[in-house]
Amino acid sequence: MAQLLIGIAAVCGVSTFLAVILVIADSTIANYGEVTVIINKDTQLKAQGGRPLLSTLMEQKVFIPSACGGRGSCGLCKVKIESDVGDYLPTELSWITEADMKENIHLSCQLKVKKDIAIRIPEELFNVKEYVTEVVSLVDLTYDIKQVTLRLTEPQEIQFTAGQYIQFQVPEYELTSEPVYRAYSMASQPSRKNEVELEIRLVPNGICTTFVFNHLKVGDTVRFNGPYGEFHLRDTNRDILFIAGGSGMAPIKSILHNMVEKNNTRKTTYFFGARAVRDLFLVKEMREIEKRLPNFTFIPALSNPLPEDNWKGETGLITDVLDRHLKRGDNLEAYLCGSPGMIDASVKVLTKKGISEELIFYDKFA
Amino acid sequence: MSGISFYVVFFAAIFTNNILLTNYLGMCSFLAVSKEVKTASGLGMAVIFVMAITSVLNWLAYYYILLPLNLTYLRFIVFIIIIAAFVQLLEMIIERVSERLYASLGIFLPLITVNCAILGASLFLVIRKYTFVSSFFYGLGSGIGWALAILAMAGIREKMKKSRVPKGLAGAGMALIIAGIMALAFMGFSGMLNIT
Repeated sequence: MAQLLIGIAAVCGVSTFLAVILVIADSTIANYGEVTVIINKDTQLKAQGGRPLLSTLMEQKVFIPSACGGRGSCGLCKVKIESDVGDYLPTELSWITEADMKENIHLSCQLKVKKDIAIRIPEELFNVKEYVTEVVSLVDLTYDIKQVTLRLTEPQEIQFTAGQYIQFQVPEYELTSEPVYRAYSMASQPSRKNEVELEIRLVPNGICTTFVFNHLKVGDTVRFNGPYGEFHLRDTNRDILFIAGGSGMAPIKSILHNMVEKNNTRKTTYFFGARAVRDLFLVKEMREIEKRLPNFTFIPALSNPLPEDNWKGETGLITDVLDRHLKRGDNLEAYLCGSPGMIDASVKVLTKKGISEELIFYDKFA
Repeated sequence: MSGISFYVVFFAAIFTNNILLTNYLGMCSFLAVSKEVKTASGLGMAVIFVMAITSVLNWLAYYYILLPLNLTYLRFIVFIIIIAAFVQLLEMIIERVSERLYASLGIFLPLITVNCAILGASLFLVIRKYTFVSSFFYGLGSGIGWALAILAMAGIREKMKKSRVPKGLAGAGMALIIAGIMALAFMGFSGMLNIT
């Protein structure tokens, strides 16, 4: 018995002694004091030094997009460094290209802030925050598209531009052993400050969509960060052309509602492509918007209408429909959202009709 | 055994009793980090340093704490705690002192905290009843031996990139065969010195 106690005491003693040494070392050797992070030459943040740039910034509520949570396994959290921070670490090298090296771009999750540092990030990231939300409704828009409405609990309001997207956090579950993030456009308009609506299409075996379709329930807590993206209505006098397919409806819907609220009178046409009637959704809502926006026309087009659909509207691929409706020399600005295939094909038709590529804006969903 | 002079122990640890090639300890990092000579040499340096120092620390812990208290059966736990704490401390120091050293060597330190060759060296020096000085040279020699083996391996594997390896053997399979052949080659030294 005594032997046992001596054994326990000895191991505890050795561990405690070493732990104390480490704690002392941590607060002396590894203590880099307060450092200043200068962002885009004008914003100064004070932070405790010695920790990775990514988490230092996150603590200061500046969110750099990252999918792996700082483990150096996604390569997304690249940041341009404007001061001298030394050589690249071996853990960064697999993600850093030659072009990145010339620009002194580092992985912010690997780079530790040990002294004052100057970095450059896109302005829009200043507005990015992490939101804790509660699922308030889950509605089936079609057999494979769900409308998810999230009420913001912390912070309670979000500011964004219609057309932007957020990164939805999928927690650990049977398909993923670590939280992953997937981008979804917000379908709600910016005036709905304390709610965010997403339209999520089921991708077979998709990590996020499987989670949303099989596991998410009303009342669950969901985290996301955002807003991100450059997909928004430009302030010009040109006519507006929207082209979308499937869940590409989301950002267009947000922009349209925003236009209704702002009494926008620009001539607007919205082509929505689907296979059959069962893939169409929110048609009623679009007709409602037609009544409230004087110059707006909604044109759904089906590529493979079923006989029982009794479809009397436009038929054919969205590219054929575009080809029929657009005239050369229209003073247009185009906004596209949908699958990469649809976007590439549509861009070809648009440029053929003489619309310059600078006036074609799109969000590709791979 | 304690009568063997320290330089015999030192050279034996490098060649005839190479911890990697005769005891097959430290295989996981040996296989994982031997793809390039540059990274292999970084890891090798880290192992040499850590092994030499932890051998001495564990010798002290064994003869001044565990043996007097009759707790030698706890040596596994105590040794691994000491190694882990030392590596942690070392990483902090290197990170503070030199950016370049940290980038080339410090990054491998967490890898070798749980490297069995390091624990193995500490256990061997107790079993073989080395003196304090011999223990230091045993640790140093074992580290150099390990580094030598991984450097040789990395050199061979760099050359292997250009050769056509049968698909089923590519990667770890081929590396293990090479390690086996290297072990055979090192057996050539075995007549020169003997410490076991």
